[in-house]
Amino acid sequence: MLILECPCCGVMADETELAPGGEAHLKRYGPGSSDEEFEGYLFHRVNPKGVHFERWRHANGCGKWFLAARCTNTLEVFATYSAQTPEPPQHVIDAIAARRPNWSIEA
Amino acid sequence: MSTRLSSGGRLIDRSAARDFTFNGKRLTGYAGDTLASALLANGQTLMGRSFKYHRPRGVVASGAEEPNALMGIGKGSRFEPNQRATTTELFDGLEAESQNHWPSLEFDVGAVNNSLAMFFPAGFYYKTFMFPRPAWKHLFEPIVRHSAGLGKAPKDRDADRYEHFYAFVDVMIVGGGIAGLQAALTAGASGARVLLVEQTAHWGGRAPVDGVEIDGQPADEWIKSALQTLEGMDNVRVRSRTMASGVYDHGYVLAYERLTDHAPEMDGPRHRLWRIRAKQVITATGALERPLSFAGNDIPGVMLASAVRDYVVNWGVSPGDRTVVVTNNDDAYRTALALHGAGLAVPAIVDARATVTGDLPEAARAAGIRVLTGTGIASVKGKKAVTGVTLCAQAGEGAVTDEIACEAVAMSGGWSPVVHLWSHCGGKLTWDADQACFRPDHDRAPTSHDGKPFVTAAGAADGVLGSADALASGSNAAVAVAEALGLSATASAPSANDPAETPMEAVWIMPQGAGPAKRMKMWLDYQNDVKVSDVRLAAQEGYESVEHTKRYTTLGMATDQGKLSNINGLATLASALNDEIPNVGTTTFRPPYTPISMGAIAGEARGDVFQPLRRTPMHAWHEEQGAYMEPVGHWRRPYCYPKAGETHEQAVHREVLATRNSLGLLDASTLGKIIVKGPDAGRFMDMLYTNMMSTLKPGKCRYGLMCNENGFLMDDGVVARIDEDTFLVHTTSGGAEHTHGHMEDWLQCEWWDWKVHTVNVTEQYAQVAVVGPNARKLLEKLGTDMDLSAEALPFMGFATGKIGGFNTRVFRISFSGELSFEIAVPASQGRAFWDALHEAGAEWNATAYGTEALHIMRAEKGFIMIGDETDGTVIPQDLGLGWAISKKKEDYLGKRAQERSHMTDPTRWKLVGLETVDGSVIPDGSYAVASGTNANGQGNTQGRITSTYHSPTLGKGIAMGLVLNGPDRMGEVIEFNKVDGTTVPAKIVNPVFYDPDGEKQNV
Repeated sequence: MLILECPCCGVMADETELAPGGEAHLKRYGPGSSDEEFEGYLFHRVNPKGVHFERWRHANGCGKWFLAARCTNTLEVFATYSAQTPEPPQHVIDAIAARRPNWSIEA
Repeated sequence: MSTRLSSGGRLIDRSAARDFTFNGKRLTGYAGDTLASALLANGQTLMGRSFKYHRPRGVVASGAEEPNALMGIGKGSRFEPNQRATTTELFDGLEAESQNHWPSLEFDVGAVNNSLAMFFPAGFYYKTFMFPRPAWKHLFEPIVRHSAGLGKAPKDRDADRYEHFYAFVDVMIVGGGIAGLQAALTAGASGARVLLVEQTAHWGGRAPVDGVEIDGQPADEWIKSALQTLEGMDNVRVRSRTMASGVYDHGYVLAYERLTDHAPEMDGPRHRLWRIRAKQVITATGALERPLSFAGNDIPGVMLASAVRDYVVNWGVSPGDRTVVVTNNDDAYRTALALHGAGLAVPAIVDARATVTGDLPEAARAAGIRVLTGTGIASVKGKKAVTGVTLCAQAGEGAVTDEIACEAVAMSGGWSPVVHLWSHCGGKLTWDADQACFRPDHDRAPTSHDGKPFVTAAGAADGVLGSADALASGSNAAVAVAEALGLSATASAPSANDPAETPMEAVWIMPQGAGPAKRMKMWLDYQNDVKVSDVRLAAQEGYESVEHTKRYTTLGMATDQGKLSNINGLATLASALNDEIPNVGTTTFRPPYTPISMGAIAGEARGDVFQPLRRTPMHAWHEEQGAYMEPVGHWRRPYCYPKAGETHEQAVHREVLATRNSLGLLDASTLGKIIVKGPDAGRFMDMLYTNMMSTLKPGKCRYGLMCNENGFLMDDGVVARIDEDTFLVHTTSGGAEHTHGHMEDWLQCEWWDWKVHTVNVTEQYAQVAVVGPNARKLLEKLGTDMDLSAEALPFMGFATGKIGGFNTRVFRISFSGELSFEIAVPASQGRAFWDALHEAGAEWNATAYGTEALHIMRAEKGFIMIGDETDGTVIPQDLGLGWAISKKKEDYLGKRAQERSHMTDPTRWKLVGLETVDGSVIPDGSYAVASGTNANGQGNTQGRITSTYHSPTLGKGIAMGLVLNGPDRMGEVIEFNKVDGTTVPAKIVNPVFYDPDGEKQNV
């Protein structure tokens, strides 16, 4: 059972306190977008064995959403960070690179 | 036959007799006995029947790994099946019954399967599925269902209490043997918070039985002082009778404490499930002895050598006058010496190894015990009990060289470390060819959230079998763990005596050249009746993966999860495949290590505390009136209020008519209420709802539809604009939390720069719908400072003021089609307000109505209900709600999705009203039948019912449904199916059945 540190309230939160929200950093496509763009936004999700950026809500806690960079294979947590960011901040990328030297964000 | 020895037994108290029954027979044991040792002491070697062949089975082990001696314990509401006799501590009045036999343990009809064994080979079940097909249904299934299964499921509600317990520790140490104790001493001295658990009632593991001396003293003395030291440490907790059942992600560990199983008269919970977060885990879980595969190795009386030693030393029980020991390692010689020391005969030690020169074999020889090297057992003689063994050369094919009469056989095929907890969370194993076992691979330990290892194996669980080495291993593990925690610990371990040993030699089959006839009698998995021949057959039929072989043969799938059989099975498979054991690999180890009770898993979550209930401020009133309640989310709402002699249907009928004709009162407090506030609130509301909310004037209400980004309708309700920056959003009763979460998701994760905040105030207000032609009269009678006239407060307006002295907010909204005021008061005044309405409303026969009357009245008006007309695949356009979808707005959640081709498909089923031709009620869930069949041969459909009721107002069955081209087919009669296969004709009509022009509500 996972533990993630909520960056909003600082609690090391048990998985039972958290609600998962799927892939992070999706760009929303609304009216005016093409079918392909909208389909990608609504349905297509990465499913990596390895580094993954994901959304979590501290649902049974402070109620805030946050983002986590996590390894789906080993369940190692590289960082948790604010949901109010359109892309992974540099310190998160650095934290991942320190543990996964061969990883790059494009991969 | 087994019996009690006249002396000895380090765990029993001969002054404290304990009476118990086995299959109704009254027997006596001693305090400190297990059920297994007490049965053996009473000469009861036959303890059960196997799963498939119903073969007679005796106890083979002395601990948690026991596959055979499974019992039903207790009776009535305290009955529990499949309990291992070896881990059941004896108490006065214990009632045990053996399982899986009919009519009796001694004479079992199912044993006929045994003589048909050649027809029940590996994959038998799968083969019966295949051919001939009808045979499965009519022949095999009834037989298999009747004869399969172990204990009976209890029928009564569990009378015991269970609980969960949460703990946070630095170091969790599993296993109270000498390695675990030493690890706890070292870790405790470092200042770490330590929890040490031991699954049995006794500490020290095998050391005291094996005659180990620590620091020059008997092991028992050292164990006692180690425990005293640990109990004196404030940072260390120790728990016996507590089994760590699983290690999970990020240091989560479950442990299962059995508090009163050994003493049912004690107060308190029976079992406790420990939910532990450990920064580091040390598994000092010991090792399990492996059986040897020789013909007849399942006959009662054939036991593990370590178990025989336990019964003699711990419980003063003789397995029989003469015990033949058969082994491939030195450890089993301890059993021979223990038996000899107890005055029992050991006619021979049969050792598969060619030369044996260790200290223990020499001691056995010095004691005059015959040691036969290079020898194996050709077969065991006997049916329900061992009567003797025939011997052969291990190197040969089984030609009998000798025959020895005996009552018991003590076998040892070497030791397998208990790697379960290491493996649960991803720890990998490595093959140790010298000891012929899998052991933890230290370079591939389970890792935690920081990517660092968090499990360390110690002692025999790490493949370290000698006692001095095990003590050092425990200490070293604790030092490593302390270092990982940033603490400092010093390695120190006492000395211990270990005899010089001859290395063991792997023996997977005895004799090594045994042919098919012998292999058919060599059991690997006792409980599931899997033999060497079955695994070989599986390999021959192409099941080369160990996971496939396991499922095909059911090897290791019994309640013991292959604790005895796994390694022998793997070795057999490897040999059949001509491959190496490490290449074949192991099956996956999964929690729990041994079965835990369903009660412990449930803990306190049963009965009234299974789930928290939400109650409105008027809840007690509803109960006083004898309301029939129904669950709505976590709320309980009155479905109806039946009076004496009334059926629910009659009550609903009365409530509807009373409301329509005079005055009804509904507790609407469960209605979701969310405040959306801020300078950008209007902009946000426009994104949430399909219609325009930003243009709503303060003081007015507007009905709105909320969709998710997929375009599907998720909630609906009335929005009131309190002031320029503030909206009060009403949601469905069950949907408040979800809707609030939806809002927060978009505000926090997409539009985080918008100045809006939301608060769920559902429970802050009680709300009452005052409904019916006399609604206004009631409010005016109570006295109000508001003008509630139709002119001053028209439909879809709201006002704030006092009614009968209560602070209220009054909404002119209607879900019934009647003149209706929904009135919110502070929750604390809800009950008083409700009482005041009833008292003043008596002259108009004020009638409380429940959810069913509410549903009927809304259906009569053609109002949709989220969850009835919607199911997560319905868009507002399907429901004729196009009027509530803004054409002007550039964007709202779901707008883009509603433009997708499938959403704009003109053949989507659309909402219509339906009236049965004969006035009857269409069954719930009914489909409109169409001609022809689809590709699967199922009848075609052209619509389905979403709501269906008997309308008391109209005196006939009415329904709403989604129908192909429905709105264009007004007046057409279509058929709806019924459960009995017939259909009911219904006419397509406008869904607004009652007062289509709104004359009743707009007054």
